[in-house]
Amino acid sequence: MTYDPGYNFAYLDESTKRMIRRAILKGVAIPGHQVPFGSREMPLPYGWGTGGIQVTASILGPDDTLKVIDQGADDTTNAVSIRAFFRRVAGVATTERTAEATVIQTRHRIPEHPLTEQQIIVYQVPMPEPLFRLEPRIAETKRMHALADYGLMHVRLYEDIARHGHIATSYNYPVMVNGRYLMAPSPIPAFDNPKMDQMPALQLFGAGREKRIYAVPPYTGVRSLDFDDHPFRPIRAPHACALCGSRESYLDEVITDDSGGKMFVCSDTSYCTERQTAREAAE
Amino acid sequence: MSEMPLLSARDLQLHFGRIAALDHVDLDIWPGEVVAIVGESGSGKTTLLRVLSGMMAPDAGRVVFDGQDVLAMGEAARRNLMRTQWGFVHQNPRDGLRMGVSAGGNIGERLMAVGARHYGNIRGEATAWLKRVEISPERIDDLPRNFSGGMQQRLQIARTLVTRPRLVFMDEPTGGLDVSVQARLLDMIRGLVAELGLAVLIVTHDIAAARLLAHRILVMRHGQVVEQGLTDRVLDDPQHPYTQLLVASVLAA
Repeated sequence: MTYDPGYNFAYLDESTKRMIRRAILKGVAIPGHQVPFGSREMPLPYGWGTGGIQVTASILGPDDTLKVIDQGADDTTNAVSIRAFFRRVAGVATTERTAEATVIQTRHRIPEHPLTEQQIIVYQVPMPEPLFRLEPRIAETKRMHALADYGLMHVRLYEDIARHGHIATSYNYPVMVNGRYLMAPSPIPAFDNPKMDQMPALQLFGAGREKRIYAVPPYTGVRSLDFDDHPFRPIRAPHACALCGSRESYLDEVITDDSGGKMFVCSDTSYCTERQTAREAAE
Repeated sequence: MSEMPLLSARDLQLHFGRIAALDHVDLDIWPGEVVAIVGESGSGKTTLLRVLSGMMAPDAGRVVFDGQDVLAMGEAARRNLMRTQWGFVHQNPRDGLRMGVSAGGNIGERLMAVGARHYGNIRGEATAWLKRVEISPERIDDLPRNFSGGMQQRLQIARTLVTRPRLVFMDEPTGGLDVSVQARLLDMIRGLVAELGLAVLIVTHDIAAARLLAHRILVMRHGQVVEQGLTDRVLDDPQHPYTQLLVASVLAA
């Protein structure tokens, strides 16, 4: 496929891409460590994935197949527009099927279909600093990372248990990467945290407004913080998907009318569609 | 008392522009000893405390804690010292407490920082310490900002002592409290110090508090230690003119 000749391949100029690749390599070399980079203005607003889109643009090659998901869905505005953007400026093939993609840019979910060594997942990150809201001084948080001084994060979990009787953090649940760096996994549900541990795919994180990149290399230990007597539990709505019947996937609660009607459906639309197709084929 | 001082400072010097904040100060603290530093505002008391605890670097001099050079050690080692062997009680509880974290979380923070990962044990320890500092354990989940000044200060002491430090620095712990609350706090500190065998370096301008708590007194003026000795000796038989003035200035009730 061809791309719009008015732009350089994948929108960013080559020296910017090299700069971002250097940040990515450094991030891969120090799993979980936040590497600053010169974030560029992108043709979409902050909060819509400016960090993720720059990382994707830097690693994309002409032969790649791109999948973009927004809260698990392939068909929401953010996903559709970023996919259309890269089709135009990079001419790459796009897909909605997780297994076919080589690069997956995601906002707030990890696909249900297990990822492989051939794939890279790029997370859009609004706030890369896990100690944000606990320690207001960024200089101090950097010192805490340098000294692995992470008692404060456990104070937050302690407060959760004291107030709610259990750890009530249900998304952006803090993790320790490779036993060294405390990392914000971006606002994915805690349900997805176990998928990050020893994942065969390379995981890249881009925060555009905060100008930080970090990474988890393939097969790296990612452990969710917890207490010995209050172990980490992935939380999932106790229902089956109304469309495909899955009892394993992460569910969204969808309000269907004004009188309290609701249904639970898979948040991963690709996974849900594949299951529905397979069921219809079997019938 | 053992042969070696726990903390020993030699020839500390620090200048703020032309003003000498510390002028050739020497100091030793032995295990289990309470030493008070008294003097007027601006005499260098708090600066001395900050230098001894490694929070500020002097222009010259040495500080040795338990055989380790405090000023030469890396920040990681100093932080480790700060949360295990040392404690620091600030004058304003706001500086020492996390006001947005519950009382139990405040006490538990140091435990969690040194690796405690069992919620039940941390909570048990926090409850025990609240009782020790005379705060009702029912308030374990309340925020310190809803506590009175005296309670905040007692909570700060509990939070500091929970990891059983060997040396505690206190900067005007009774400042800003009314007298009856002060008396109760001093009584509590005295009890805890004796019970835990702490070494304490306490900065105060309150001579009465110093007499109640301290074994030894250092009198500071213009960055110099003008007189030091056993508390009763210094207060009952002051030698230096400034000490005589200081002792004479105490109001009798």
